[in-house]
Amino acid sequence: MDGLQHLENFLQSLVAGLLMGSMYGLMCVGLTIIFGVMRVINFAQGEFMMLGMYFAYFCFAWLGSYAFFGGVWFPFMLALLAGPALFLVGVILHRLLINAVTGHRASGLEAEGHYAQLVLTLGIALVLQNGGLFFFGSTPVSVSNELSYSAWEWGPMVGDRVSVFVNQAQTVSAILAVAVVVIFGLLMSRTRLGKSLRASADNPDAATYMGINVDRCHRVAFGFGVGITAIGGGLLASNAPFQPYIGTEYVIIMYAGVVLGGLGSIRGAFLGGLTIGVLQQVSAIILPNQLQNTIIFVCFLIIILFRPQGFFGRKERTA
Amino acid sequence: MNTAARKDLTQIGLFGLVYVVIALLISNSYYQLIMTIVPIWAVMGLSWNLLSGYSGLISFGHAAFFGLGAYLVALCLSVWNLSPWFTIVLATITGGISGLLVGLPTFRLRGHYFALAMLAYPLALLYIFEWLGYQEVALPMNREAPLAYMQFENPFFYVLIAVILLMLVMAITSMLSHSRFGLSLLAIKLDEDAAEAAGINTLYWKLVAIAVSGAIAGAAGGFYAVVLLIVTPLAVFGMLVSAQALIFAMFGGVGTLWGPVLGAFILVPLSEILYARYAADFPGIQGVIYGVAIIAVILFAPEGILWKLRSLRNPEQGRLLASFASVSSADSDEEILACRNGDSDPEIMAVANLSKAYGGLMAANDLSLSVKKGELLGIIGPNGAGKTTLFNLLNGFVKPDSGNVIFQGQSLLKKRPSKICAMGVARTFQVAKPFAHLSILDNVVLGAYVHSKNEDEARRYASAAIKLVGLLEKSAEPASNLTSFELRLMELARALASRPSLILVDEILAGLDSAAMANVLDVLRKVQVLGITIVIIEHSMQAMVQLVDRFIVLDHGALLAEGSPDEIVRDERVIEAYLGKKWLLDGK
Repeated sequence: MDGLQHLENFLQSLVAGLLMGSMYGLMCVGLTIIFGVMRVINFAQGEFMMLGMYFAYFCFAWLGSYAFFGGVWFPFMLALLAGPALFLVGVILHRLLINAVTGHRASGLEAEGHYAQLVLTLGIALVLQNGGLFFFGSTPVSVSNELSYSAWEWGPMVGDRVSVFVNQAQTVSAILAVAVVVIFGLLMSRTRLGKSLRASADNPDAATYMGINVDRCHRVAFGFGVGITAIGGGLLASNAPFQPYIGTEYVIIMYAGVVLGGLGSIRGAFLGGLTIGVLQQVSAIILPNQLQNTIIFVCFLIIILFRPQGFFGRKERTA
Repeated sequence: MNTAARKDLTQIGLFGLVYVVIALLISNSYYQLIMTIVPIWAVMGLSWNLLSGYSGLISFGHAAFFGLGAYLVALCLSVWNLSPWFTIVLATITGGISGLLVGLPTFRLRGHYFALAMLAYPLALLYIFEWLGYQEVALPMNREAPLAYMQFENPFFYVLIAVILLMLVMAITSMLSHSRFGLSLLAIKLDEDAAEAAGINTLYWKLVAIAVSGAIAGAAGGFYAVVLLIVTPLAVFGMLVSAQALIFAMFGGVGTLWGPVLGAFILVPLSEILYARYAADFPGIQGVIYGVAIIAVILFAPEGILWKLRSLRNPEQGRLLASFASVSSADSDEEILACRNGDSDPEIMAVANLSKAYGGLMAANDLSLSVKKGELLGIIGPNGAGKTTLFNLLNGFVKPDSGNVIFQGQSLLKKRPSKICAMGVARTFQVAKPFAHLSILDNVVLGAYVHSKNEDEARRYASAAIKLVGLLEKSAEPASNLTSFELRLMELARALASRPSLILVDEILAGLDSAAMANVLDVLRKVQVLGITIVIIEHSMQAMVQLVDRFIVLDHGALLAEGSPDEIVRDERVIEAYLGKKWLLDGK
């Protein structure tokens, strides 16, 4: 292999990394909004992503055969629809379970209830992934259309020896991911709802005294977080096959991105997810396939051990 | 060994005996397998409990130790033909060492961050073992010498080994939890800063905990490989392994001896039997059961079944976590707390050019001062003058930007708070930091450990300190039942029990009524009589003028004035910066 071949591989991985990374970034935003507002580490986030994937898959399987829905854009529409659907799931789960160990109720519990929250979301994760096995089966499935197999060619460059192929489905997904992040960012910074969410995040007590219903804010934040990650899952579904256990590895990818960006920061989470995506794809050039995720876990450990406040977030006590 | 530990051992012995008798009556090999697996998971629950249940640092990564143990035994047997009798011991050691290796960097983190970091270790190992090509390692049968390779025809012997392992681990847990280890970890769980300030080297105890915990998990993993005869990365490093360890402990009762055992004995058979019956239609049923179990526990009995039962039986006891019989003896002599001021140097502590900035704010600005042996030094100054920061600098919570602190000839720079406490500098806090779910005696015993060789000695010093502050008749009550006045006396006792030469007392009088204030002043005078030097931060000038020998006035992190009470109340600069003109008119 000569130098240009290496260059081509590198560019190819970089582009793939940026596209995948945008989707990771979107999922990270969902995770970080839950932490940012509620101070809850949600272990079930990977399972909500998985639910978003299966939402897209089943809707596609049921409706995709009708001519009206048959277009190439349909899977992407379904991915976006996974957002509101899982928002509802999140709101209901918060009402039934999460609410019992978070918010004001938690302040009386041991270590502010962190203990209980971590374990509760772990329980939800176990039920969802194993219940998923029952309802969805263990055979990997995917939502694909012709865009998944088509690519644009960039190049040839450098005297026709280097070309980069850009997968069309991934490109559309990445653009949608960025759009969702931008819209959500505007919602958080510009609207009244966003302001009350940020106020409840900053100081729940003061927010309560100012007449903000903090429990409701938490519920909405949990719904948003779950919904946004589900959109990420839906977009990812048109990329690679998946099965009900996929959540566990993605929860680490998400946390790697979120911690990299600084827990609680939306911009940081997106950039963190983007970085993780690039790292994962570029490392594939030199590392065997199985170690692609190991490198992410190792990076995650290095970041969390040596710079737990991340690179873009606000300062937070970590030790 | 104390009586509580002896009682535990008897119960463990009886339990093991009953288990073995039941196992002898059973001949169905499937039930025998379940009876082998249940103790293994109980051991995993105990392993998790030893670290996370006692210290409150949640581990989601115990599969790392379990998996390493399992692979070590499997690979040693299949590659080098080494007997599990030997390699399980090796797995135990490996588990302990990997515990240390994981703990050293990871204990930099607390709370959420610790839990997240722990999650990554087993998952990283999972992919590494897949990459190494160990997707499935089978343990070969050895027909010539089955016994030497832990291969029995009669499955009863596996049950026997499993239950012996469980009894051993229970005995270790019982012994540790009734020793300094258990109480120190509980203190870390309840308030890590207070524990460190009370002279408990929190890093040391956490490392001990994770090493022992890792060793136990390694042994469990090693034996699990022998029983199941096949090892795959997902089965030993997977998320479910860590989750099970946590779930059994939380379900049965966090931080108890029998909780993890109870959890495993209920949940493992339940899930195994349901799995055997419904696996064909519902392959994930085990995970669903564990998930539902843990959700139910969190919602209805957040600390586990045993704690729930205990609180139902005895609701007024509160949540007393103490592992000790909490009776202190009235006959301990306060004199044993007397300070042994060895050398003749009249200066006990010298602070030289100490500076600490928070952004643009100078909390300590080139501060130099000296504390004389045996004196009662008052530190006053307006809010934000840097008084509490000075204490945090002196006891090691905050590292100075520059300058030095010399205490009895030794520098305190770069020392852990627990080390500084061991050198003889104790402190109390502006906002009291009790170990809320421990009795007063246990709170104070924790402070006494730093200079006590054994339990008896610690309890003697603790009793003397409790007597000195006048809380003797309340010493068995949980600290959470105390009034704020009593809490401060208890903190003072905790500080005294470490037999300090110098005590830093932070606003002990704030918000007290005059009777309580007089009481505290009396106690402080008694402390001074013992030869212990006191540095006290306070706002109430009336009380301070009666009490102290000398004042130091701080303003904006710098020394404004120092001198006798008479000099200070007349000092122009002090009146302007702190006391106000009104003081002159009212006071004199």
